[in-house]
Amino acid sequence: MQQSNGYIIGFAVAMTVILGGLLSFTAVSLKPRQQHEIELDTKKQILASVGITGEDKMKLSNLFDEKVEAVVVNAAGEQVDYSGNVLKLNVQKEWKKKNAAEKLLPVYKVKGDDGKVSSYIFPVYGYGLWNEIWGYVALEADLNTVKGVVFDHKGETPGLGARIASEQIQDRYVGKKIKDNSDLKGVVMLKGEGNANVDDYHVDGMSGATLTANGLNKMVVNYMELYKSYMSKAKGTAAVLN
Amino acid sequence: MSTETAEVKKSEALLSKRRKGIITDPLDDNNPVTVQVLGICSALAVTSKLEPTLVMSISVMFVVVFSNLIISLLRNAIPQRIRIIVQLGIVASLVIIVDQVLKAYLYDVSKIVGVYVGLIITNCIVMGRLEAFAMGNKPYDSILDGFGSSFGYAWVILVVAFFRELLGNGTLFDFQVMPDAFPKVGLMTSPVGAFIIIGLLIWVQRWRNGYVEAE
Repeated sequence: MQQSNGYIIGFAVAMTVILGGLLSFTAVSLKPRQQHEIELDTKKQILASVGITGEDKMKLSNLFDEKVEAVVVNAAGEQVDYSGNVLKLNVQKEWKKKNAAEKLLPVYKVKGDDGKVSSYIFPVYGYGLWNEIWGYVALEADLNTVKGVVFDHKGETPGLGARIASEQIQDRYVGKKIKDNSDLKGVVMLKGEGNANVDDYHVDGMSGATLTANGLNKMVVNYMELYKSYMSKAKGTAAVLN
Repeated sequence: MSTETAEVKKSEALLSKRRKGIITDPLDDNNPVTVQVLGICSALAVTSKLEPTLVMSISVMFVVVFSNLIISLLRNAIPQRIRIIVQLGIVASLVIIVDQVLKAYLYDVSKIVGVYVGLIITNCIVMGRLEAFAMGNKPYDSILDGFGSSFGYAWVILVVAFFRELLGNGTLFDFQVMPDAFPKVGLMTSPVGAFIIIGLLIWVQRWRNGYVEAE
């Protein structure tokens, strides 16, 4: 059966309209629910960087609301008025801004049991070998010792670069120092695995994933540099309060 | 237009022998993965753990069954010259709906299977069934065919995932079942492990059924 061109075009148009409408309806009606999930996941990741993990997302979310205060600062270390939800601040977009002074940098302050800030969490963002990588670096109240990190990635090689998302790699950062007096040393991952006598400013590397590690190092150091002014100011105020 | 089955008599039972055949054939003799070797890419990629594999199986089932149904309902209205585009449009829409629902209700799983859910569009099983079956058969038979093919796909990838998770992580559905002393086989967590297990499965099944590839 051979149909006329008019019928074929009509069929195609009708199909496009129906399917398009159906898809837009699905996307719009599920959007609030998806954004809620993304926010919960962000909270979960942030808490994981200070070692708080769990399966119950709502519980984690409540804990987050109770313990964590989110502020936005700029590269000069000054607090910026930010009216929106800090969790939804797009770290990727801020990173791509050419002018460092314009970048909005979120800081998550975790309150300890004594009411003082017990740790600071800084989001980081960069590029691995194949695609984006991101994560959170948590520092102790001294703003020097690493309390914990979480990293995630979009498309690093499974079994090699993708290991940055594993606890095995992330645990290596715990207790490391980012500064030697006031010199920023970052925490730098070494090349190769099984290095002996790794000092306080380095962590052991991932065998076969040097390029991902390079990206990771760049990301961590870049962001520690961006947050440097904030850190020295925050440390200053803490000293005054004490 | 291809027709795999004979014309149906008016008073055929709901689950006649022929219809049972539509469901059971793809489970064994005509399995889409081990015999027709279709859908291998996702079988390799999502099978490192049972949970994402199960979600993937259900997603594929949803897409195959509903696209079979819709195409079968429209089979006399679809213009022959653009039928592939029409099929793709419907499959793609169903896949996007699955992807959106997963993102909204099973966010953690969707982070793992997300890319591969999108790739269901290119899963040869889906298009294969539409072209070979739904375009020439009635809606009810097409639904049965969709279930048959997707079960055939599901059991194979679930078996693969079972062995990969058990040997690679010592767990099943993330519950530890092997003792701590069990030496985990790292190879099984990478796609290479899936290749080996699928290869073994194909071998065992073809040996059992005496299947020989046509020259």
